[in-house]
Amino acid sequence: MPVEQKRQLITCTNVTKSFKVPEGVHPVVRDFNLKAQENEFICLFGPGQCGKTTLINLIAGFELPDEGGILVGGKPVTGPGPERGVVFQNITLFPWLTVMGNVEYGLKMAGVPKKGRQRRAQRYIDLVGLQGFEHTYPVKLSGGMRQRVGIARAYCIEPQVMLMDEPFGALDAQTRYLMQEELQRIWQSEKRTVIFVTNNIEEAIYLADRIIVLSNCPATVKEEYVVGMPRPRKYTAPEFLSLRKEITDIVDKTL
Amino acid sequence: MKKKHINAMEWSCAVASIFAFLCLWHLGVKGDLGRLMPGPGPVIRMFLETLFGGRIGSCTMAVHILYSLARVMAGYFLGAAAGVVLGLAMGWSRLVEAVFSPLFRIIRPIPPIAWIPISIIWIGLGEDAKIFLIFLASFCNVTLNAWSGAKSVDGDYLRAAQMLGAGKGQLLFTVVLPATVPSIFAGLQVALSSCWATVLAAEMVRSSEGLGWIIIAGMNNNDMVQIMTGILAIGFVGMLLSMIFRKVETRLCRWNKSDS
Repeated sequence: MPVEQKRQLITCTNVTKSFKVPEGVHPVVRDFNLKAQENEFICLFGPGQCGKTTLINLIAGFELPDEGGILVGGKPVTGPGPERGVVFQNITLFPWLTVMGNVEYGLKMAGVPKKGRQRRAQRYIDLVGLQGFEHTYPVKLSGGMRQRVGIARAYCIEPQVMLMDEPFGALDAQTRYLMQEELQRIWQSEKRTVIFVTNNIEEAIYLADRIIVLSNCPATVKEEYVVGMPRPRKYTAPEFLSLRKEITDIVDKTL
Repeated sequence: MKKKHINAMEWSCAVASIFAFLCLWHLGVKGDLGRLMPGPGPVIRMFLETLFGGRIGSCTMAVHILYSLARVMAGYFLGAAAGVVLGLAMGWSRLVEAVFSPLFRIIRPIPPIAWIPISIIWIGLGEDAKIFLIFLASFCNVTLNAWSGAKSVDGDYLRAAQMLGAGKGQLLFTVVLPATVPSIFAGLQVALSSCWATVLAAEMVRSSEGLGWIIIAGMNNNDMVQIMTGILAIGFVGMLLSMIFRKVETRLCRWNKSDS
């Protein structure tokens, strides 16, 4: 844990959630606790189908917990809102809007006048490295470029918290490495509190300040690791590999 | 380069197949059948002669076409506007859907021409009755497609918009409406051909101009050439309408196509 006193931005207390299925009730999250400080990069890492996405949906406000509470910036979460930007696994850009249209969408909804919002959107388009593609429709972009737009779109509403649900899960391995580097660069130049869900341990160690290892479904916190290595990290560094082994071992036991 | 090649192939095939059809038609009416059916020559000649110059009945072919088109356009656009509004509302609000869908399910399968007697009794023999029938043809098709399109909008788009701060009204106009545009266009296309069929039926029942009238008047005068000229004009105008429609659709649904 970082020792300096920082503002606590996200608090999840005993969050429990289950879904109704034909066979009865399926518990997905049980007694999940999390405290995230301002500008902290947290990776939620766990086996497939363990309820990671549900956790993101709960913090985003797309779902509400059965029990327990979620506070973001001191306010309880009761629904989705622009103080919590979400980057989706399947990206979900609006295909009928151009790159600019997608990135400025949130500001438009907030009633920001055209000139101001386009200037701000342009800043984030530049930040994710898509200058020159402002007037391109998403259908013409590659998967990696689309997710850059997804990141710019969420950044552009200047949320307190960024929630990223396996944002690079659908990309090929090469693009995935590149996007990890890019996300780190973006995050270092525009610090935000990030909750990043992944099932890829290298991605978690590469990006995170802190890794929360989740148990198998229903998801609960199994173990926590603080990653102290300086950035940018090397996938082949001895500390990287030993941490990777340590976490892989503990995750295997839960499966 | 490759695309140009395919275009050249398509064009030459189109010309060849139409030419072959005209030859078959020409040969087919050489014998006894010729008494019942004119050859392509007199039909095409009549079409060209009456297009701007000569008259069929009270006016030229071009004016007849304009009469039919004007009726179609009036009913088509009114029906489309009403259909988009009702369809979106039904897809968006479960209350609106619950109220209107039973009525709509009964009215939709009734072919517009079944309303001809009622429309004459209610509205009379003028233009309004014809426009009413075309309105129905357009309205039902567009409503159905807008409705099913709005109902099947990907929930992820709605979530993304809510996350970005969109309110309820904003969701309807910035997500549901644009996401439904491709389905609306599918409905508009079906509606256009349905309207074109309906105007002819309406003109055949009671009218003194228009393409439907040309056919019926031809039958009453035993003028096969006039009947066939009317049919040729119907096909020709219908083809032009759908070509224009495609152009507009490609323009408005640009984002939906990866190759344009």
